[in-house]
Amino acid sequence: MELRMELSKSFGGAFNLRTGFTVSGEQVGVFGVSGSGKSTLVSLIAGLDTPDAGEICLDGECFYSSRLGINLPPQKRRVSIVFQDACLFPHLSVEANLLYGHRRCAPQHRKIDPAALISVLKLDGLLGRGVNKLSGGEKQRVALGRAILTNPRLLLMDEPLSALDDSLKLQIIHYLKRVSEKFGIPYLFISHSLLEIRLMTDQVLAMAGGRVVGQTTPEELARERMGQSQVGYINVLQVEKLRKMGGLYVYRWGMEELFVSSGDEQGMAVFELSSRDIILFTKHPEAISARNLLKCTVVDTFPSGNKVGVELKCGHETLIAEVVVQAADDLAIQARNEVYAVIKASSFRRLG
Amino acid sequence: MLILSGVDYDAIRLSIKVAFAATLLSLPFGVAYAYVMTFFRFRGKVLLEVLVNLPLTLPPVVMGYLLLIGLGKEGWLAPLLETLGVRIIFTWKAAVLASALVGFPLLVRSIRLGMETIDARLIQASRTLGAGRLDTLFTIILPLSRGGIVAGSSLMFARSLGEFGATIIVAGNMPGVTQTIPLAIYDYAGSPGGDRAALSLCVVAIAISVLVLLAHEMLLRKLARRE
Repeated sequence: MELRMELSKSFGGAFNLRTGFTVSGEQVGVFGVSGSGKSTLVSLIAGLDTPDAGEICLDGECFYSSRLGINLPPQKRRVSIVFQDACLFPHLSVEANLLYGHRRCAPQHRKIDPAALISVLKLDGLLGRGVNKLSGGEKQRVALGRAILTNPRLLLMDEPLSALDDSLKLQIIHYLKRVSEKFGIPYLFISHSLLEIRLMTDQVLAMAGGRVVGQTTPEELARERMGQSQVGYINVLQVEKLRKMGGLYVYRWGMEELFVSSGDEQGMAVFELSSRDIILFTKHPEAISARNLLKCTVVDTFPSGNKVGVELKCGHETLIAEVVVQAADDLAIQARNEVYAVIKASSFRRLG
Repeated sequence: MLILSGVDYDAIRLSIKVAFAATLLSLPFGVAYAYVMTFFRFRGKVLLEVLVNLPLTLPPVVMGYLLLIGLGKEGWLAPLLETLGVRIIFTWKAAVLASALVGFPLLVRSIRLGMETIDARLIQASRTLGAGRLDTLFTIILPLSRGGIVAGSSLMFARSLGEFGATIIVAGNMPGVTQTIPLAIYDYAGSPGGDRAALSLCVVAIAISVLVLLAHEMLLRKLARRE
């Protein structure tokens, strides 16, 4: 997929969208805070709103061109949207929702087998139900299925995880990625959450004030923003439960063992850990209350706002920690140094 | 005890017929008008809104008189009606037109309310899933505004049953031909000894209105339950 946008859209005063970029890839993210213009971008690509001037072209075909006088209506663009809160048609059953777009698809584009998709999304048992009786996760799976069944040239996902509980997000991310890859549908994933962007995409457009201000990888963006983010850099740890010990859960993380207070009885788990919750020592600390002490090697350091990010290798696993500039100078933290990372058992937050 | 003559039964039948016809005639225009006013922006929208709502504030007699000017023998539309061989003034069709005109604002108000409560993103979703404007109207907008359509239709039906001022001007008051329940009550009320018959027709009018409003409530509840 190659998306090229060169356009301006004025909303009469406070907010104007003016952007120009070309992006290629199958899993592209658009990151920005609320009001940065992400949703306007979605509306313009889908044809739900019209730019004042410019061009929007996908794989060389222009949906909109003020120069050539082209403005395809939404139903001709083959661009589907998965909205934040699913937006299922409340008067239709799950099955009728799923097939709404499929039935309107031109025969030459009707290539996705509904039965196969329904099976992948595990919706078999829900087909006859009314959509108001579905849980949030089920609704989002139906919305995804409905959009994919139109076999779109581009799938726009506009904050599809924002309305979901944290525990459901990973599950839906799994479905979003799996379905898109299995059926070969490229997507533009819009979110204000850098973590979601990192989990869903391999490149990202950063938006601010109605403009695209950067085009990079999600990892780079997360590191750049770490210093100014209130939550720091979020490390994602995939772990396996070993045992319960003295009120704490013990998990295997690569070659290390982690003590976690918010564990449960499930075998596999994913935890998030903020770079702010890791304390670095250059010497082995003694008599500490924190339950996790990892011996790591500094791989790299990078500046981020008024902080210094420290990339660590702990066993085979990578961890990003952050320290203030003064601490980095005092401890002389640099690549190949050995450090001790101390983490409280309560610093881990269950993701899925 | 109700005292109803054959002419009274004619008036009851005609009232129901006129109310049905006026509602059915207005419904497609009401839906189209509500759709355009809800989902489109254009110049002169406010003016159109004022014109359509005018019957709510104007005396119905004025509406009837305007209809008479337009559709009468010397009216603006007289040549067209003559060519088509259609006679409207002083027939039951004139009563239908009068009721339709006077009840139209009530119909469209309810339908618009129904359409305005639809989440705009449902319409956007429909468009991006391959549905054109008309397709979206019939598969998303109309089903989701059916509560408003039912409410508007029953209000209009009830209003048509009670229409008097415009009807008497444009359809006359001919027993068995154009006389509806309100016109018959008006006749009886002005005639010596007509009190009992007038009261009987009042009871019938009240009964029909109660039935219509009950049906309206039940339909709305049924729709709400289904949603």
